[in-house]
Amino acid sequence: MLAHIIQNLPQVLIDGLTLGVVYAVVAIGYTMVYGILELINFAHGDVFMTGAFIGAIVLFLLMGMGFLAALPAILVFIIVIVIAAIATGLLGVGIERVAYRPLRKKNAPKLIALITSIGISFVLEDLVRFIAELKTGNYIVTAPPMFNHKFTLNLHSALPFFNNATFQSSFLLVLIVTIIMLIALDLFVNKTKWGMAMRAVAQDRDTASLMTINVNRVISVTFFIGSALGGATGVLFMIQYGTIDPYIGFILGIKAFTAAVLGGIGNIRGAMFGGVMLGLLEMFAASNLSIITHGAMGAEYKDVFAFIILILVLIFKPEGLFGKAVVEKV
Amino acid sequence: MKLKRVVPLLAIIALLIGALAACSPKSGGSNGKTVIEIGSQSPLSGGSATLGDAIRLGAKLAIEDRQKEFEKKGFQIKLKDLDDQGDPKKGVANAQILASDKDVLAVVGHLNSGVAIPSSEVYNKNNLAMVSPATTATVVTDRKLPTVNRICARDDFQGPAGANFAVKTLKAKKIFVIQDKTAYGSGLAEQFRDQAKKLGAEIVGYEGITVGEKDFNGVLSQAVAKKPDLIYFGGVYAEGGLIIKQARQKGFDGPIMGGDGLDSSSTVQIAGDSVKGVYLTSVAGDVSKTEKGQAFAKKYKKEFGKNVESYSAYGYDAAGVILDGLMKAIDGNDGKKPTREQVTKAIRSVQNYDGVTTKVSLDDKGDNKFAKVYIYNFTEAKYPPVQKAEISQ
Amino acid sequence: MTSLSAFFEKIAQSKKNQIILFLTYVIVTGAGLFLLPDSTIAFLLLLFSILILYYLNLNLRAKWVTGIVILAVVVPFIASFSDSYQTYMEVGTLVGIYCAMALGLNIVVGFAGLLDLGFIAFFAVGAYTYAIFASDQASKFMPFGHYPLSGGTFWIFIFIAAIVAAIFGILLGVPVLRVRGDYLAIVTLGFGEIIRILLNNMDHPINITNGSMGIASITPPSFFGISIGSSNQFYYIAFAIFLLVIYVVRKLEYSKLGRAWKAVRDNEIAAQSMGIPLVKTKLAAFAIGASFSGMMGVVFAAKQMFVDATSFTYLESTMVLVMVILGGMGSVPGVILGAAVVIILRTQVLTNISNWLSAMSSNYGISIPPALSPEKMQLLIFGILLIVFALYRTQGLIPHKNRKVDVAKLKKESEQAALTRKKTASGGADS
Repeated sequence: MLAHIIQNLPQVLIDGLTLGVVYAVVAIGYTMVYGILELINFAHGDVFMTGAFIGAIVLFLLMGMGFLAALPAILVFIIVIVIAAIATGLLGVGIERVAYRPLRKKNAPKLIALITSIGISFVLEDLVRFIAELKTGNYIVTAPPMFNHKFTLNLHSALPFFNNATFQSSFLLVLIVTIIMLIALDLFVNKTKWGMAMRAVAQDRDTASLMTINVNRVISVTFFIGSALGGATGVLFMIQYGTIDPYIGFILGIKAFTAAVLGGIGNIRGAMFGGVMLGLLEMFAASNLSIITHGAMGAEYKDVFAFIILILVLIFKPEGLFGKAVVEKV
Repeated sequence: MKLKRVVPLLAIIALLIGALAACSPKSGGSNGKTVIEIGSQSPLSGGSATLGDAIRLGAKLAIEDRQKEFEKKGFQIKLKDLDDQGDPKKGVANAQILASDKDVLAVVGHLNSGVAIPSSEVYNKNNLAMVSPATTATVVTDRKLPTVNRICARDDFQGPAGANFAVKTLKAKKIFVIQDKTAYGSGLAEQFRDQAKKLGAEIVGYEGITVGEKDFNGVLSQAVAKKPDLIYFGGVYAEGGLIIKQARQKGFDGPIMGGDGLDSSSTVQIAGDSVKGVYLTSVAGDVSKTEKGQAFAKKYKKEFGKNVESYSAYGYDAAGVILDGLMKAIDGNDGKKPTREQVTKAIRSVQNYDGVTTKVSLDDKGDNKFAKVYIYNFTEAKYPPVQKAEISQ
Repeated sequence: MTSLSAFFEKIAQSKKNQIILFLTYVIVTGAGLFLLPDSTIAFLLLLFSILILYYLNLNLRAKWVTGIVILAVVVPFIASFSDSYQTYMEVGTLVGIYCAMALGLNIVVGFAGLLDLGFIAFFAVGAYTYAIFASDQASKFMPFGHYPLSGGTFWIFIFIAAIVAAIFGILLGVPVLRVRGDYLAIVTLGFGEIIRILLNNMDHPINITNGSMGIASITPPSFFGISIGSSNQFYYIAFAIFLLVIYVVRKLEYSKLGRAWKAVRDNEIAAQSMGIPLVKTKLAAFAIGASFSGMMGVVFAAKQMFVDATSFTYLESTMVLVMVILGGMGSVPGVILGAAVVIILRTQVLTNISNWLSAMSSNYGISIPPALSPEKMQLLIFGILLIVFALYRTQGLIPHKNRKVDVAKLKKESEQAALTRKKTASGGADS
């Protein structure tokens, strides 16, 4: 049994890492908004999905104009991801303007903001489905294959207790791009003025506004960055898995939120860690649960596994693995 | 008072509803012919919309083709197509709508067994005959309801037929089975697994996946590590296509096999080149094999601007069986509009109907005695695949 | 429009006029349904009379009696002349089922302020409780007993399911109580998904729920030997349970427990410091809310005669939430209205428009792409409703009203109490 698990480990790590970095970047979107507004932005998963679709549209447009064959793939990819990121960033700012800012002005209870975000997520899902279905008659969209060169890691000859692992060049692309995004974000938040303003608003909105910080603008910038990251990840997802539909955002959004909670919500580095860890755990569960339980529980239980981890973390360490415990002010 | 607020509200609602009423006239028969409606229920939205729409269009074509015969007798046939969304609750609600419409005398539907089972309880209560082009679960007809019929093969025929082919023809000794945890997918995969075991193959794994996800690498790396001769997938194309693609990326070069849920052009679209070497069992025959079928495909393309899917012809034939039964019932009722009971009986007694893909003779359970299972192979990334074998009961 | 409403207002001044107006309305719409038996609109207008009744200036008991008479006698009687009788009653049954569920969720969300995004799980628990024992499923894992149980046990199962669902509510509640606010929403969502996945997978190693194949051929309930199978019969069952639920909710709302819930909702810490037992109060909300849905789950299973896990998705949970938000959180009449509006919109209005569109395209050759069908736009429509109501009418269709307290009367009472206290105290000193 153990031998089986170990043999498979390199492949599980690679697949888990791919899924994990996707979770990580989406989780950052949740964590940034939560840190600053104390709001679970349910619509964030669907912003991710919209990014994937915008990417697909741009890709098809470029293909239609013949650019896909003419330009090197990496250039096409950069064009697609930049356009998608900007578009979803603006979408995020728009959502904040339309749905959250009026509520903030009214000082409405948090519950209400949560409900609007569920509403927004429904609207996004259905609009995208509508457009896709109108165009193609089927809302499942398959992107043209890109970066599908196959690599084999020949581990078996060096370390005989491992099986060989395979991956595609898209895996490298996903990994490199997300790492660039994560480092850039970390620098932005910790080293720039805007980042400092963001941290200040997250800590205490009223005091920050007294320190001549334009709170509304900081919130807009936060939404822009969070959503742009989400949208860019959508494009990565599309390239890695090839097929997208309007409902990918929901389940992925919940998992990413789980990751954010795991790492301590409001904590950006925590979200990165939580995402990668959740991806690895999930992949490990999917490929090994039935071996461990001798067939009593199969891969279909992996989501149960993820949710139970979430509940356990919330019960025993509500501040997350990296978060700081908050003392409630009365 | 509060009434002040209610009155405008009431007025607005009344206006709205009035507007609605004005634009929903009860469709009367044009040029004095008696209207008979045939219902159709299939998923027109959702993950299996490609298959559901094919059924609807097939049925539509069948009705158009035979409109003349009925017009001679003073009837006009209309299709009342509803979207069951692949959701049992929606199916039941639609079934109520069809049952309460007096003009509806029979129903073509459904695609999913999970929807057909509860909906058929409603049809049966209302004596409304149903002919299914595609529901393969054994329970559907095993309840022996007089109104429930199907023209396709059952899971306990399709699954084992696939297993026979996999073990005997493809010589698979170790098989890994994946299913999508839906009524359709797990029903089929179980039948396949049991037969394969009986034939002496070793089932090295039996795993479930979640519908709607895109990453199946976890299950697949477990599958590939066990080095099976064949991977079997019970489920629909949306996940099937991705499983095929990701298995190939993992370096699995052996045959992958699936059921009729993969029998769609979308499988090729999603899986791309990886689809080569995929086998599938289908209850729908290849229309391009016969002259009749080719003519049908041509007409279908001309009418709707789409290529035929596997279930297009089955939708056509299911409607055809209904129309045959209807004609018999009309003749038996001295050319007057028959009752639902008469239509139900007439449909059940249909024998030797010769359709575009299949002959139909219904037995006392409502199963088709001539139902066949076909085995296809994708030799290149193109739909439809090549037919390899044809198995009768 | 203004002159019209002014005219109405004039008439509506006196109680007698109101009653006459109301009766005329009921008779006119009833006659409308009688004469146009296939018109969904007439049916809806007749139902609308209940809302008018709610706003009349009558005493409470008279309103209740009239409402029950209209729903239990007038509507089914007139509808029975129509061919769409069963459809109407099916809609009525669904409204009853969802009203009870929305009232249950209203206790959790509206009264106690705990956002539950996995509420449908309790409905599923109720449905499966009956389904397992009323089909031969139970014989697959129970070593004793003879299954399926007879239809007569349906009535007992309504209460068993209420208890089982309440136990699940407490099971969810215990770990969840440690988390607050937004986290609670996510945990309950996770819980709902866990239940659904478990129900979909528990066919091995022990076959309890028959997995994704679902449980078919559920025994229909029987009432003194009469087998109940059609929607018009289920309508009365749903209606009776709905009345029971509304009675319990009404009683609870102004009880000690009900006030405790509202106190916890408005300020948890203040409530705790006033001596409200936090854990017990929250658990009671979960348990009672869950038991309502459990009861209706049994009705649902018996009506469908087939259950599988696809009926209990996250979307269904949010639909119940939409009902509560639309109607008005915490407001009992509002929530009932919300449930009725959502169900009628889903099953009648949108479906009718879609059918009309598809009839248009087949009759007149106007091709309307199937993507445009309003039935498929459900998510969009309900999403927009959620946003609009959250932004512009947070209190819902019928806002929640706190019972008015007469301050003068209270003062008098407390003065009197103080006086008597003084008297007894001084009297004590005298003796």
